Amino acid sequence: MDAPGLKQYEALSVESAAVRQQETAWQRLHRSWSIRLGGIVLAILVVVAFAAPWLGTVDPSLFDAGSRDLLPGKTGDITTLEGDTLQHKFIMGSDSFGRDIYSRVIYGTRVSLIVGILTALLALAFGIAFGLTAGYLRWLDGPLMRVMDGVMAIPAILIAIALVALWGASLSTVIVAIAVPEIPRVTRLVRSLVLTIREEPYVEAAIALGTPPLKIMLGHILPNTIAPLIVQGTFICANGILIEAILSFLGVGLPPDIPTWGNIMAEGRVQFIEFPHNVFFPGIFLAVTVLAVNILGDGLRDTLDPKMAKRV
Amino acid sequence: MSVLEVRGLTIALPSASDRKEAVSKVSFSVERGEIVCLVGESGSGKSVIAQGIMGLLPHTLPITAGEVLLEGEDTARASAERQRALRAARMSMIFQEPMTALNPVMTCGEQIDEVLVEHTKLSAQERRAKILDIVREVRLPDPERMVASYPHQLSGGQRQRIVIAMALVLDPVLLIADEPTTALDVTTQAQILALIRDLQARHGTGVLFITHDFGVVAEIAHRVAVLRLGELVELGTRDEVLKRPRHDYTRMLIAAVPTLQPHGRTADATSPVVLETRNLDKTYLDRSWLAHRREVPAAKNVSISVRRGQTLGIVGESGSGKSTVARCIVRLIDPSAGEIRVHGEDIAALKQRSLRPFRRKVQIVFQDPYRSLNPRRKVGEAIIEGPLNHGVPRAQALERARRLMELVRMDAAALDRYPHQFSGGQRQRICIARALATEPELLIADEAVSALDVSVQAQVLALLEEIRTRLELAMLFITHDLRVAAQICDHIAVMSKGEVVEYGPAQEIFRAPKHEYTQALFSAAPGRGFVFGAA
Repeated sequence: MDAPGLKQYEALSVESAAVRQQETAWQRLHRSWSIRLGGIVLAILVVVAFAAPWLGTVDPSLFDAGSRDLLPGKTGDITTLEGDTLQHKFIMGSDSFGRDIYSRVIYGTRVSLIVGILTALLALAFGIAFGLTAGYLRWLDGPLMRVMDGVMAIPAILIAIALVALWGASLSTVIVAIAVPEIPRVTRLVRSLVLTIREEPYVEAAIALGTPPLKIMLGHILPNTIAPLIVQGTFICANGILIEAILSFLGVGLPPDIPTWGNIMAEGRVQFIEFPHNVFFPGIFLAVTVLAVNILGDGLRDTLDPKMAKRV
Repeated sequence: MSVLEVRGLTIALPSASDRKEAVSKVSFSVERGEIVCLVGESGSGKSVIAQGIMGLLPHTLPITAGEVLLEGEDTARASAERQRALRAARMSMIFQEPMTALNPVMTCGEQIDEVLVEHTKLSAQERRAKILDIVREVRLPDPERMVASYPHQLSGGQRQRIVIAMALVLDPVLLIADEPTTALDVTTQAQILALIRDLQARHGTGVLFITHDFGVVAEIAHRVAVLRLGELVELGTRDEVLKRPRHDYTRMLIAAVPTLQPHGRTADATSPVVLETRNLDKTYLDRSWLAHRREVPAAKNVSISVRRGQTLGIVGESGSGKSTVARCIVRLIDPSAGEIRVHGEDIAALKQRSLRPFRRKVQIVFQDPYRSLNPRRKVGEAIIEGPLNHGVPRAQALERARRLMELVRMDAAALDRYPHQFSGGQRQRICIARALATEPELLIADEAVSALDVSVQAQVLALLEEIRTRLELAMLFITHDLRVAAQICDHIAVMSKGEVVEYGPAQEIFRAPKHEYTQALFSAAPGRGFVFGAA
């Protein structure tokens, strides 16, 4: 090897001249308009959900027989739990019990966001656990994935209805019922990611370095599945919000005393022709929320998922 | 008139890139019946020039100045329609990877036919005759069957011949070949190079041949253009450039090309044996439901040994089983039969748990520096992973990592960075440091320099040599590149179809190869017998 002769030219090597200035994932996130748009809308919704009591609302379960079926913007009476009667402006009108739609929709934001986020987290947690197991312990792969195939063969909404019927309707059962049908999809995704990543040379290098299997799974494989999982999580979140609304609308979701967008729409359905605002306002909120989550998810996929990132 | 004349071609890069222009003011020409080689390291802009000529540039890389004249017609500014008419008919291109250049769901005949349907008004019969003619011309056996085959049914060399047939069926005046032999084995490469040279001479086609391999340049070029970071630094005839380079960069590149002459070092035959395999076998079982059990032997009866402070090279083409042997020795895969002795202790059948103390002693460096480091882990964490696994306290491991960074000539500040901030060569240095962190006695380099540019390759080879001498490591060096093997190996085992066909001291094998496969391999080495200019 002509090492001394080479030394004098080392500075000319193209590689030493190249300075890597790569954008970080964070910078790329900032540049994407869909992430900014989706993120801002969602942030507003989160603030609305938290600040519900201070946004000119009344207790969503309050009603007043004198203020039934008011049109949006009308003022009427409302009776508090203590029995006092207050003057209240019904921004979005009232329903056939004389309840304030505006208050119910704003409080409904809480339920929808909680259901969406918890469903996504729950489905991801179980999906990651099953997916890692199936992808890394090959003998468990067959049985586990066949069970997942079985779950996937039943329509998600039917599983959810059955589970809620079985356990009784409450916030936690609805969340679990919506998350269960999503688990196989996450499991499949994680498993396929694990199967690709475990063949990567850096995993083989870790095996050669004597790293125990559990550490390889958690330290090398899991961190490299996160980006696509975040993306998947947003879609589960959007879907969870929709399914919750569908269940409530069908009357098999949360009990009617909890204001959710689905419940409000279900109750307003009968009078839809005369008083469309009962369905219209919760519908708008539902659509905007789901759209924002999906736009955010699309943006995240474009920036985080290397396969999709290529289309500039 | 020149077939191709490129004048002051400048192609811009997107604003966030590390330089302003992919190609700056490049001028050269290709005459009728001439092969011009465009040489440069990765990122030098050679493929971008090819795309610019073909009118295939993505919109993010616009041509900002200069012109591309194909027989006097400016193609770069021609309408998309005119460019499409020119492609295939007047100029055509072949690519590095024939499998992806062909459509997997069309037969080879249909794909050649598509070109004819698009650009000619020939009848089905005439087209059929033309297809068979060109397939015969690229010397494919049994043309009728080839035409009816799908790409996956052919070998890599045969596929590349089909691609060449497709490119030449309309007898274009210019053929652009973008690294057409890089993905092929050396014996296939020699055949494809001979074919291109032969067809080009017969048809008088001008060829723009893009490559990073100086052996190939020596083999095929009439004239050579050297690119560095988008600029043309030297242009001249083959002998001018390769034997009397004028620009420092060309000199550096040529100095970095390893020669086929083995180094003269003699190996100490009394040094202790670190690794020995006896009759090592690896057979893959193709166990599918219902179907017959099929046995696929990947390595048969491999017996090799490496002594302390010495390097054994395993040389062979793809599919020869050389990597299988390496992976068996590191126990990434389980051997089917035979012994693997490390310091006399057989580890071939050890269970994963009892393997752990031995893993410290044998380490491996892989081919692809971009996939060898976990992208989500800092370099420092990667390097101390091994020592931590073997019970070294963290502070001590970090101290060792700092010393290793010095050894591989990198700044200790690199320990706090993520792998994506480093170039291929730097990453390979990091991988070497990671492998050395467990203080191994045997280092396996599985094509560890094959993915690197020639100048970086020379640096990493020099580093490996230095480490081997300084730490008295036994090294198992797996490569398909005879030039690299000649530089670094004391002994060589030549593998073919899973078997070691020739095994002995490097000097003897290079001087007088005995087995016919070895002889074929040596005679196929590109640029063999060409004396490159001194640095």
